[in-house]
Amino acid sequence: MATSGSLLFVERNARVYRRTWRGSVISTFMNPILYLLAMGLGLGSLVDDGGGSVQLDFDYLTFLAPGLLAAATMMTATGESLYPVMAGMKWNKYYYDALATPISIRNIVVGHFGWVTVRILFTAVVFTGVMVAFGTISPATALLVIPPSVLGGLAFAGPISAYAAQLENETGLSTVFRFVITPLFLFSGTFYPIDQLPNWMEPVAYVTPLWHAVETTRSAALGIETAWAPALHYLVLVAFLLGGAVVADRLFHRRLNV
Amino acid sequence: MTEPLVHAVDLTKRFDDFTAVDTVSFDVSPGEVFGFLGPNGAGKSSTMKMIGAVSPVTEGTLTVFGLDPEADGAQIRARLGSVPQENLLDTELTVFENLFIYGRYFDLPKTVIKERIDELLAFAHLEDRRDDLVEPLSGGMKRRLTIARALINQPDLILLDEPTTGLDPQARHALWDRLYRLKQQGVTLIVTTHYMDEAEQLCDRLVVMDNGKIVAEGSPRNLIERFATRDVVELRFPVGMQVDEQELDGLAKRVEMLPDRTLLYTDSADQTLVNITERPLDIESTIVRRSTLEDVFLRLTGRSLID
Repeated sequence: MATSGSLLFVERNARVYRRTWRGSVISTFMNPILYLLAMGLGLGSLVDDGGGSVQLDFDYLTFLAPGLLAAATMMTATGESLYPVMAGMKWNKYYYDALATPISIRNIVVGHFGWVTVRILFTAVVFTGVMVAFGTISPATALLVIPPSVLGGLAFAGPISAYAAQLENETGLSTVFRFVITPLFLFSGTFYPIDQLPNWMEPVAYVTPLWHAVETTRSAALGIETAWAPALHYLVLVAFLLGGAVVADRLFHRRLNV
Repeated sequence: MTEPLVHAVDLTKRFDDFTAVDTVSFDVSPGEVFGFLGPNGAGKSSTMKMIGAVSPVTEGTLTVFGLDPEADGAQIRARLGSVPQENLLDTELTVFENLFIYGRYFDLPKTVIKERIDELLAFAHLEDRRDDLVEPLSGGMKRRLTIARALINQPDLILLDEPTTGLDPQARHALWDRLYRLKQQGVTLIVTTHYMDEAEQLCDRLVVMDNGKIVAEGSPRNLIERFATRDVVELRFPVGMQVDEQELDGLAKRVEMLPDRTLLYTDSADQTLVNITERPLDIESTIVRRSTLEDVFLRLTGRSLID
């Protein structure tokens, strides 16, 4: 049975990762631990003593952890949608390499998203493992928490891959983190409910995928209700993923099929 | 007559308003080494990319193995070996990993790939670099690795885009030797080059391209006969001396005055030299040589510099 070209392309990424995994594995494990220690326990004791946990219905660590999980999959998805695409198109041009073989542009696009999904899933599994270790969720709940957090990551992978596909140089890469990822991280409900923000800022969160990812992930982790109907949150996330993927497919073809 | 491996009629490639390849027609037969010779920007690489089914044809007909690159690109590429101008190796991976990953793109079984890698490393003289990273390898080694990689699927047709550009003479000769061995095995090769000696050494047949068009076609010998003479006499005059072209009239079939020397294209250098001594010319030095493809090339594509 012939293996599909997309799967062969995922295999390529897995093989390259097998050589370079060490650095990313350490940060995948260390980031949740450091954040949960510093923010959850450190800042959290202040919040809890100040009556914050009464307002939140949970101690701060428990409230915060699913938000950080959603942010972590966002970070992984963003990194994996920027640098590998830039490398494939501009740096060592491994896309062109593959295109000289039976691999097609569509295989590259599908394979790219396939591999990003694997990487997000890995982040989500490690992060929920750390949450279980910190006692913020039970192992059974962890299984419920993974799907929304992975979907949240993919909602970033779509548009950011499309953005990366048309970049001409690397200055556009740090722009994403500086002007998109960091503000979202701070203002999309990761650290506190967005109704704590001034009223005019709340609608901004509605149009960003991270808030929807935080809502659905936190709801799965804590068994609380989401701000909107769950279907609406999921709809927004799926729309970001599919819309981004369709545009990315177009731009990959425009760039590579000349 | 065997079916041509590559068949092109009025093949055209346009990028916006720029026409890179302009209605070129040619056939490549199985087993031959076919060359595209031309200056930079002549359209050689664009033609190669269309043959390699990685760049869409704008207009005209092109078949490779009797297949349409637009509809059957993957099938064509499965039987092709491609050596692009840039090496495109993954420098963070080892020699072995580069070959292995490339082999997997063709969906070859892992055991088959491993066997072939051993053969290819011997072919490319890289056995002892098998597990080294690609980055520290020399230019010649990287080029040999790129060629070895293009052979992993045992292609019927190999496309080599400027295979020896940037290599030192030893590395070039070693590569020519490898390519000649492939030809002996019956593999068809298509080569682009702007090196005349490379074209003369390798190609059974070639086309000269200029400004996207084919300006001549034939074997190297045949092109020299048609567009140059058997011999060339190169004359140098003392610095500052002006020679009138009329003073050289009748000495050769064609005379070309260059800033630093004068070329006399003749079928008999001996006769020309005898005739020269009979004229009152103040000549500083004389060189006699056989015509080369370079003379053909410069005649057809001009001497002006192309950027």
